[in-house]
Amino acid sequence: MSSELGVVLYFAVLNSGGLDNVGAVSTEVKRRLQEINVEDGVIRRVSIICFEAEMNLASYADRGGHLKVEVKPDRVEIFVEDDGPGIEDVEQAMTPGYSTAPLWIRELGFGAGLGLPNMEEKSDIFHIESEVGKGTRIHSVVFRRRDAA
Amino acid sequence: MKLREVAELLEAQFLNLEDEGDREIESACAADLLSDILAIKGGPALTVTSNVAPQVVRVAEVMGIPAILYVRGKRPAEEKVVDWATGNGIVLLSTPIPTFEACGRLYLKGIRCSEGKYL
Ligand SMILES: Nc1ncnc2c1ncn2[C@@H]1O[C@H](COP(=O)(O)OP(=O)(O)OP(=O)(O)O)[C@@H](O)[C@H]1O
Ligand SMILES: [Mg+2]
Repeated sequence: MSSELGVVLYFAVLNSGGLDNVGAVSTEVKRRLQEINVEDGVIRRVSIICFEAEMNLASYADRGGHLKVEVKPDRVEIFVEDDGPGIEDVEQAMTPGYSTAPLWIRELGFGAGLGLPNMEEKSDIFHIESEVGKGTRIHSVVFRRRDAA
Repeated sequence: MKLREVAELLEAQFLNLEDEGDREIESACAADLLSDILAIKGGPALTVTSNVAPQVVRVAEVMGIPAILYVRGKRPAEEKVVDWATGNGIVLLSTPIPTFEACGRLYLKGIRCSEGKYL
């Protein structure tokens, strides 16, 4: 596989109505990035970003969504899209601690309102846009530096 | 510190991968909320938790966590969770000791916070 041209991975993230499958896509992303020798620190950050994304799709987007991971020579780009309910106040959703997660999600230990802030923290570039009734899109970029922890 | 020594220090039992007792641990972290585990900074470390939800093992795989230490004698309810950890090389340990005491003993042996230095 030529890393000069880049590798693009597409995944559908289903919303099965539970969290049993959450992590399946992120672990697959991790495996595929290891196969093409992406740096460990980059893989770790990308996997965490994908996990948080997957988790939110399974929790809030009634029909799930899509995840695209593009591996380029200097960066990994992650695109997350859903046609779920959207977010009314994105700034509020980005605030650590803000969460509308239902009780069953909190009982598992999720729903602390740290997912989106964590995705931003692990990204070098992070954009989120959302429209109520239309859905949510996230674009995240992680630069490939050897020292990335 | 080797996982074998961690187990001895904390009277812990290996739930799987006992032959990985030589695996070295330099730092640790403790969290029960999955959201907190996911937000932990720093490199892979021993993760001390009382959360036995299967998702913790998933998160551990995603984050490259080498070993999970369940406190208060807890362990995942389903054997398939243990098998899944085994398949992904994650060592599961269970200690009867509570979190504070477990972390205190590790600290006294020189294990430090995986997130860096606090003062
Ligand atoms: N794809 C989405 N569609 C609709 N709402 C969303 C979506 N992603 C996040 N949200 C909203 O933003 C809030 C904050 O999300 P965030 O991921 O930061 O925290 P959380 O999912 O509530 O908890 P955690 O991620 O810590 O388990 C959510 O509670 C939800 O209201
Ligand atoms: Mg979330």
